[in-house]
Amino acid sequence: MTLIHARGLVKRFEGFTAVDGIDVDVERGEAFGFLGPNGAGKSSTMRMIGCVSPPTGGVLRILDMDPLRDGPKIRARLGVCPQLDNLDLELTVRENLTTYARFFGIPRKVARRRADELLDFVQLTERADSKVEPLSGGMKRRLTIARALVNEPEIVLLDEPTTGLDPQARHLVWERLFRLKQQGVTLVLTTHYMDEAEQLCDRLVVMDGGKIVAEGSPRALIDEYSTREVVELRFNVESQDVFADKLAGVGERLEVLPDRILLYVADGDDAVAEVQRRALSPASVLVRRSSLEDVFLHLTGRTLVD
Amino acid sequence: MTWSVLEYHLVSYRRIWRSSVLSSFVLPLLTMLGFGVGVGAYVTGGVQGVPYLDWMVPGLIASTAMQVAIGDSSWPVFGGFEWQKIYFGQAAAPLRVADILDGHLLFVVFRTLTSCAAFLLIATAFGTMHSAWALATLPIAALVGLSVATPTFAYAAAVRSDSYLAILFRLGVIPMSLFSGVFFPVESLPAVFRWIAYALPLWHGVDLSRAATLGAAPSWSAAGHVVYLALWAGVGWLLALRRFRKRLVV
Repeated sequence: MTLIHARGLVKRFEGFTAVDGIDVDVERGEAFGFLGPNGAGKSSTMRMIGCVSPPTGGVLRILDMDPLRDGPKIRARLGVCPQLDNLDLELTVRENLTTYARFFGIPRKVARRRADELLDFVQLTERADSKVEPLSGGMKRRLTIARALVNEPEIVLLDEPTTGLDPQARHLVWERLFRLKQQGVTLVLTTHYMDEAEQLCDRLVVMDGGKIVAEGSPRALIDEYSTREVVELRFNVESQDVFADKLAGVGERLEVLPDRILLYVADGDDAVAEVQRRALSPASVLVRRSSLEDVFLHLTGRTLVD
Repeated sequence: MTWSVLEYHLVSYRRIWRSSVLSSFVLPLLTMLGFGVGVGAYVTGGVQGVPYLDWMVPGLIASTAMQVAIGDSSWPVFGGFEWQKIYFGQAAAPLRVADILDGHLLFVVFRTLTSCAAFLLIATAFGTMHSAWALATLPIAALVGLSVATPTFAYAAAVRSDSYLAILFRLGVIPMSLFSGVFFPVESLPAVFRWIAYALPLWHGVDLSRAATLGAAPSWSAAGHVVYLALWAGVGWLLALRRFRKRLVV
């Protein structure tokens, strides 16, 4: 069953187009990702799906309802974890959950029970009665995720769920999200972390400049837009450029960066042998598997977008 | 759904209610002593036939309603959009924008009512109430509160820097408390200022309150006062709803 259906979805603000005609279908039980650099239109898309931002054009159906007409009805079945935590810092951890549950019309008793279960789920039981203010970034994020689950939503929207967290905190969040997915909850997330997308998403779209530039599973995207392996060569010279010509034809594609040269190849060891045969002696050689990051950079470029 | 928003604000208030209740009682107590005993001693003839303290207290109750209502609708509303951003969390839940606005307004009314009830209690203990109609100061206070809270909600949702809130207090709240017939009759003001006092909501609340506690007829039609205050509240509410929509549905 298709939970989110968008065709030619457009979001325009005064003077610029944030989302420029995208087609998306998210099925029940899926973990779906929106990938893209800052300003690609991910958050605008998420806000439209969250029914707090009316689309400027195109078709959008959520849970087979119209966000413009049935906003509150749809939101009752969504869980939203925004990019910036908007917890009440003055309230306790538990009160943040119980008061939020009341917005969904959940009876007080049920709200208290569910709060305890969710605090256990995100490992915050010990902090239940402490204020939110002194909690670490990772704890606040987990609490925001718990709050998004308070109405037992069918779809959970996560806008950059682990941005700004330390590695331990990120892994804990990933592990919890993975468990939700196993329970059959549909996850829709945005991220610009490639490892996050590879860890969590069954399927994803890469957005750039408000448009979808690629779509598929992480594996399929790597197969389609990159090679199986990447060889990173570093030469002890001012400019790596001089070696570009000498490496011509070694791989399918070659990219010169200020500090190294990337060779996109099917077999890394073969490529390294070829480099040695050409009597080039790089200071360092690294053979690695192609990642979603290579796809991402290939599709959206290396230019910094702010 | 509006009630769940009120409930949230009440839970939030529970953390500070002790200090808040204390200040609700201390302020009127100090006023009674300062104005009644201090200033009152110089106004030997009384005002309009009653002792100065008795004349002034109902005005102060209305003025307290105005100050509490504006205080609770300025920074908290601004912060709801700019600091803690709690409104955005509420907007993601199945609440409508009107629920978010009304729930918070109800809380402001609650704060206004409790503060004025404390004032009324102290004022009664000082023997300044002349009529059982004094109880009517509470619904009047609620109406005064709403008449200033709704436009303040709109204003606080519209400005992007909290320094504009300080301007509201300097140019709105303080002049309004000084020239709305709280401390002296508006009739002693030059005509221009008198008309400003008539245009602003507070004087209407002051005149009604005073009529209630003294058991006398107001200087204007009571229904006219109520309608005028309701007009402020209604127009303010529409402006606030529009501003809230602009911030929450983009």
